[in-house]
This record gives sequence, structure tokens and C-alpha cells, in this order.
Amino acid sequence: MNRPPIYGLLAQFDSPQALVDAAYKVHEAGFHKVDAYTPYPMEEVIEALHQHDSKVAWLVFLGGCAGALTGYGMQVFAAVIDYPMNVAGKPTHSWPMNIPITFELTILLAAFAAVFGMLALNGLPMPYHPLFNVPEFKRATQDGFFLCIEARDARFDREGTARFLQGLKPTEVHEVAH
Amino acid sequence: MSGRPVQENPDSRHLVAPGHTFASVTDKISAVVLTEKPPLFWLIMFTIAFILVNVLLVSIGYLFYKGVGIWGNNIPVGWAFDIINFVWWIGIGHAGTLISAILLLLRQKWRTSINRFAEAMTLFAVACAGLFPLIHMGRPWLFYWLLPYPTTFGLWPQFKSPLMWDVFAVTTYATVSLLFWFVGLIPDLATLRDRAKNPIAARIYGLLAMGWRGSTQHWARYEAAYLLLAGLSTPLVLSVHTVVSFDFSIGIIPGWHATLFPPYFVAGAIYAGFAMVLTLAIPIRKAFRLEDFITLRHIQNMAWVMLATGMMVCYGYAMELFFAWYSGNIYEMFMMKNRMFGPYAWSYWMLLLCNLAAPQMLWFKPFRTDMRLLFAVCMFVNVGMWLERFVIIVTSLHRDFLPSSWGMYYPTIWDFATFFGTIGLFLFLMFSFIKFLPMISISEMRMILPEAEAVKGKGGGH
Repeated sequence: MNRPPIYGLLAQFDSPQALVDAAYKVHEAGFHKVDAYTPYPMEEVIEALHQHDSKVAWLVFLGGCAGALTGYGMQVFAAVIDYPMNVAGKPTHSWPMNIPITFELTILLAAFAAVFGMLALNGLPMPYHPLFNVPEFKRATQDGFFLCIEARDARFDREGTARFLQGLKPTEVHEVAH
Repeated sequence: MSGRPVQENPDSRHLVAPGHTFASVTDKISAVVLTEKPPLFWLIMFTIAFILVNVLLVSIGYLFYKGVGIWGNNIPVGWAFDIINFVWWIGIGHAGTLISAILLLLRQKWRTSINRFAEAMTLFAVACAGLFPLIHMGRPWLFYWLLPYPTTFGLWPQFKSPLMWDVFAVTTYATVSLLFWFVGLIPDLATLRDRAKNPIAARIYGLLAMGWRGSTQHWARYEAAYLLLAGLSTPLVLSVHTVVSFDFSIGIIPGWHATLFPPYFVAGAIYAGFAMVLTLAIPIRKAFRLEDFITLRHIQNMAWVMLATGMMVCYGYAMELFFAWYSGNIYEMFMMKNRMFGPYAWSYWMLLLCNLAAPQMLWFKPFRTDMRLLFAVCMFVNVGMWLERFVIIVTSLHRDFLPSSWGMYYPTIWDFATFFGTIGLFLFLMFSFIKFLPMISISEMRMILPEAEAVKGKGGGH
């Protein structure tokens, strides 16, 4: 694979508003391999970079369906097919009694889908990431606001993009090594 | 910041004291974990809790050696402290889920500074609750017979039994609560990783944070997952206590067999849980000087929720009386008379004092704003909710249909040792949590700062 010499350029901002404004400009300039890094979820930046993603919701729906089928199927299999027992002529398939366990397994598998699906889509756990090479990046989990244009973006150009980022009034622009 | 005397104004609408920034919130909350020496209060409570954990270990050890005969339960009262404590603990857990999930869906921002703490409380309370059904089995090492696994006997668990539903409800509840709590912790673990000076601590927090870097792409999915988890936990928490109430209401014992039970139990659970959140929050916010974050507005709101759910519980007591009278059933009527004037009458009247009379004080402002008075009301509710389960379980069982099968129940020292032991386990886990993990969600606190709320997107607003 032809790997670019650096991972990307990381602009640091001192306020959330500065980051939001910059995110809109970066998106308008046509950059696509862009990500912002913030200490709390910022709806405005997600909006600016068009990062909304409904995959998690679909995974949760599928997880819930799988849970409901497993829960109900297991009980019907046990009571009707595998070990039918005639208790005072009562029906072996008495569906109301199967609802609580079906419900609980629906919730359980949907919750698994939400958490593990979210982690998988985000590519976590990921112990190493090039951004951690920038010492200042530690502030992304505290009070720093960052925006990174990655080198694999088609419009990326080491000098030109750095100049462009400087124009967005960051406090600093860092080069990110791999 | 820490030396400044805190001026509290009960009418303040602030969720965070004025003057805080992203940096100061991060500093103050993470300092409790990373740099500050724990206050004396922490040390004292931790020591007491540690001693009680040992009491628990001894009582469980002796129980496994000798058998359930060391407890006072015997026919006709085959269920006693073990199930009372189970229901009490699991009810306490419910407030955590209510605060973290239901209040999130209702967009109640005041939940932010108390949700982490309340979720931890849920987890530890469920751990204490789960212990009781396990140890009250005669042969606890065969607990896995409760699970549907391919056995060599070719048998399945009885899926039509409420006790089996309990197994599924409680394990699902414990698992989902753990996931919810952990997902909420991930961004804060990353904060601790980036702030810890001690390389071993940084390594451990780093492992747990799984490489979280605050990417907005990640946040987008994270927020979606978090919201969905809240949406899943909301019906879950209602189902758990409903299923617990089925353990009783599906039986035919007078005093148990009532359609009222599910909502009555759920309201009682939230009531007990809020009392426990306040019981812990009042001393802790003072000891760790967190009045800036857990403000009087939070405390008052919790007091209001407690009053409201307390009234629902009282409605339940009134309906129990009404059902007994309106049923015209001699056994139901006798059960109620026996509850009020029989050998356990003391417990019923104490219950009414604790759960009916004491919370009425919350109508008066001093009881919602003076921490000592509010703490006293909470202690009444904690005791009252335990007595409620005692009344429901013991007074219903000890005299049912046939006078020839009546009997009395007296708890033994081991019943009390196990119960207080679990209180110790709960406090031990709670105070360990406070020392090693941020007890307030730092990333969510940042969201409610004025600096964050002023941010505008392109449309000029949210």
C-alpha cells in the first residue's frame, strides 16, 4: 500500500465555537477524510461534518429481533417439542407464560448489539492511534477542540492544507506522524 | 477552589455553580480520583464497610458449612430475610436506572451530576440482591441448574415459573446496568488516562478506555447507542420489579394474590432507591466538597420524586385495605386484621410511620433544604421500605388458611449478620468506586456548562 508520509494535519482550537465554524469551512472546502475531536459530544460539529450514522439503530433492532426469537423459540422448543408434559390437560404451548423471558432476552440482545455494535463500528478497542503521537492531543479528552484532515484525503496537500487550516484561526496546527 | 466556603442558595436554578469552565470541571472531578487524599469520612466509612464485608464472609462461610438451618425461616415462613433483603436491594437499584435512563429520555438535565453515582449504586445494589437467591438455595453450588443449558438429564428449567422469570429479569438487569454504566464511563476513563501522572494508573485507565479519542464520528455513534440503551433500560427497569412482584402475586396466599402488586412494587422501588441515593449523596457531597456540582436543586428534585413515589406507595397501602374489605373473602379480611392487630402488628404500624407519615415532612421546605432533616427522612424511608417487605412476606405467610399450620418467625443472629454484611458489601463497593472512578460524569458535566450551551451551529441554534 502506498502510505502517505504523515497521518494528517491536526488543528487545535481554543473554543468549541471556533471548532464549529472551522468544521463548516472544512466541509465546504470539499475535504472528506476529516474528523474532529472533542471532550464532549458536540451535535453542531457532527452536523457540520455530516457524521450522523443510523447503523447502530439498525443493529439494535436486529439484536432485539434475535433476542425475541431466541427467547420465545427456546421456551416453545422446551415445552412443545423436546419435553412436552401433560399437566392436568393444560396446553403445552401457553404463550402468555412465555412473554416475560422473551421480553428480557429481547432487551438483553438489543443492549449487546447497542454496546458491542457501537464499539465495533468505532473500531474500538484501538490501543494505538497516530493522533496519540501529538502531545497536545491529550487535551481532546479534557478541554481541547481539534480537527484533523487526514493525508489520505484526495485534496490533501501537506503545505496547501496546512495554510488552509492556518486560515481557520486555530491556536496551532500540528503534523501527525504515523 | 477547594478551600472556598460554599454559599448555597436554595432558590438557585443553577445545575453547576457559576464560574466553572471545561478545565475546572475536569480538574475538580478527576482530582478526587487522581490526586486528592481521601477525606477522613471516606476512611472511616471504608473501614466500617470492610469490617462488615468480613462479617458477610463469615456468615456465608458458616451457612455453606452448616446449611440454611442457621437462619430462622421454617415452615410456614419458608421465605423470610433472604427474600426480604433481595426485594429491598433490588428496589434500591431501580432509582439508578430511573435517574440515568428515564430522566435522560425526559431531557431532565439535572440528572447529569448524579447519574454516574446512581448507576454505580444500582450495580452494587443488584450485586447484593443477587447474592440472596444464590445463598438461600440449599445447594448453592448447583445454581447453574437455573440456566437453560443442554443437561445430561435432558431437563429444562420451568419457564412458566415466576422464579425462573426472576432469573432472566435480574441477570438481564445486572448485565444491561453494567453495560450502561461502562459505556458512560468510557470517555471519562480516557480523561483519566490522559491526566494520570502515575504510569501504572495511566496504563490501567488506558486499557479500560480502549483507545477512546473523542472523535466526533465516534461520539455520533456513542450518543445513538447511549440513547438506545436508555430506551431499552426504561421498560427493563419496570419489568424487573414487575417480575419480582409476580413471585408473590402469582401465588394464592392472602395478601400476595393482588393485581395491584406490579405498579405498587415499582413505585416502592423508585421510592426506596431515591431515599438511598440521597442517603449516600448528602454526606458524600459534603465530604468531597461537591456542592458546586450536586447543588441544592438536585437535592430538592430528588426529595420531590421521593414524596411523589411515597404517595403512590401509600395509595398501595390504602388499596390493600380496600381489596381485603371489598373482596368479602374471610381469609383476605383476616390477613389484614392480623397485619394490624396480630403478633407482628408492631411492624405494620412502624411501616406506616416510616413510609406514610415521615415523607409528608417533605412538603415543608426546611426538610428539603436542610441536609440533616432530609437525611433523617431518608433513613425513615430506608427502614420503612425494608419493613414493607417484611410485612408483605412474613405476616402473609405466618397465618394463612388453616389455623393448624400457623406459626411464628424469629430471625436468628445469622439472618442479621448476613443482612448487615450485605450493607457492608454495598458500602465497600460504593466507596471503592468513589476512590477509583470519577463519581460524576465529567464529559456530561462539560455539556451543561454555559460555554458549551452557547455554541451555535449554522442554523443559528440547536
